[in-house]
Amino acid sequence: MINEVKSSGLPVPEPSAVSAPFWEATRKHQLVMQRCASCRHLVWYPRHVCPHCGGFSLQWEQLSGQGIVHAVSVHHRPAHPAFAERVPYSVVLVDLDEGARIMSNVFGPPPTVDDHVSVTWLPLDDGRNLPVFEPR
Amino acid sequence: MINSIRGAAAIVGVADEVSPSGVIDVPLRELEARVITAALADAGLSLSDVDGLCTCTGGTLMHSVELAEYLGITPRFTDATQTGGASYGLYIEHAAAAIAAGLAETVVIVYASTPRAARKRGEKGLGVFATPERLEWETPFGVMLPLSAYALATNRHMAVYGTTAEQLARIAVDTRTWATRNPRANQRDPITVDDVLNSGYVVEPIHKLECCLVTDGAAAVVVTSAQRARQLERQVYVLGAASATSHAMITQMPDLTATPGAVSGPAAFAAAGLTPDDIDVVQLYDSFTITVLLALEDLGFCKKGEGGPFVADGVLAPGGALPGQTSGGGLAYTHPGAFGAFLLVEATRQLRGECGGRQVAGAQTALAHGTGGVLSATSTVILGTEAVL
Repeated sequence: MINEVKSSGLPVPEPSAVSAPFWEATRKHQLVMQRCASCRHLVWYPRHVCPHCGGFSLQWEQLSGQGIVHAVSVHHRPAHPAFAERVPYSVVLVDLDEGARIMSNVFGPPPTVDDHVSVTWLPLDDGRNLPVFEPR
Repeated sequence: MINSIRGAAAIVGVADEVSPSGVIDVPLRELEARVITAALADAGLSLSDVDGLCTCTGGTLMHSVELAEYLGITPRFTDATQTGGASYGLYIEHAAAAIAAGLAETVVIVYASTPRAARKRGEKGLGVFATPERLEWETPFGVMLPLSAYALATNRHMAVYGTTAEQLARIAVDTRTWATRNPRANQRDPITVDDVLNSGYVVEPIHKLECCLVTDGAAAVVVTSAQRARQLERQVYVLGAASATSHAMITQMPDLTATPGAVSGPAAFAAAGLTPDDIDVVQLYDSFTITVLLALEDLGFCKKGEGGPFVADGVLAPGGALPGQTSGGGLAYTHPGAFGAFLLVEATRQLRGECGGRQVAGAQTALAHGTGGVLSATSTVILGTEAVL
């Protein structure tokens, strides 16, 4: 079972064996993702096999952290106590410039679809950081 | 290859249980047994006729086997595939295929869930969305599932196609109008578009009155071979059925404005040899208003992106060109967590002409379309009377 890191307040679990490189890079404020050596597709979320071609050679690479907002949902009630001070907050899907889509947050005024955003980092108490986005 | 189940099987019995308070405080097994017995009685059959059982609720590992033991039956065909609200249409597809292949003759499909009674007892929810992947890549961002995912899809459809909040609200209004004609519906007071828009955001852009209910309930459907069905009193034939999946998590959905209904719908129509124009009444899973809008587009009742204008003038309401969600749907009739089985019950009742004040006059064909997860899985079932077989 995944253990939650209680001290940060944010409901972020400990890394799994396959996701450890992602979380390790967040300590240096680097957004990294797997790319398939066979078909060259980016793979999100971290896994052992490429969902595009079935290849098993997935290599980590650093991304720019730039993207555009694909979709927005605005939360007026917190889903978790750690978000109580942040309402209203936006849960967004971001299309990264390199071509993968991830879920994240934008805090402050809600963004709109096609807004340009950049990654920024929300510190966790264990030295890792959570990638969230801000307008650019 | 087109599947060949057309006319192989028929729904011969249905039953469902709802309560005015929304609470049915009895053990799940008892509720399942009650609704199965009622559906078999409706068919003129008994438990000894049953050689197939489909069920995936109850929270235990081998539910179809455990329920069979409880009922004292030994089915040779069981299916416990879990695709959320799409499971029950999928069971129709699988049961019809099993019957056509001689693997079973009479199959019972059952669903029961009592989230309200469980809440009263202080039990926590099942945490059905708490997969390891979601806990690591979605939960840290404060999502509320399934709501946040449907809100993202709604927002995207509005941004890409100009769909308006008023158009989406109309789906909730028309569904409620049907519920005013159903004495067993949980919510029977008429509402307006303004009522929906003023009901507050649950997760923006979804308003409270665009969300399905949380009630206790149960439903069962009896499917048998066409040959056996002809010896019974009432038959509604399975003309076509198909299911599809495209993703589990919303980040993995290939296109937020297109569901797997774009696969299951055409496949079901092809099996039935029908087109959307041939359908007299639809029961589309209405977990949220966007679920209905996307289903209408993906099933071909209107073009992709034109769902907003399509629903804006009451096409789904009583008297509309495409009567939809005639029981009052998950938005107003009942919604115990998965509405799929109730779609089949209402579609069958419409084709049997039993719906009283909400009866669609002369309905000969009906489509029931279930959606599970976060627009993740769908099942499309097309039913017809003897006249269209």
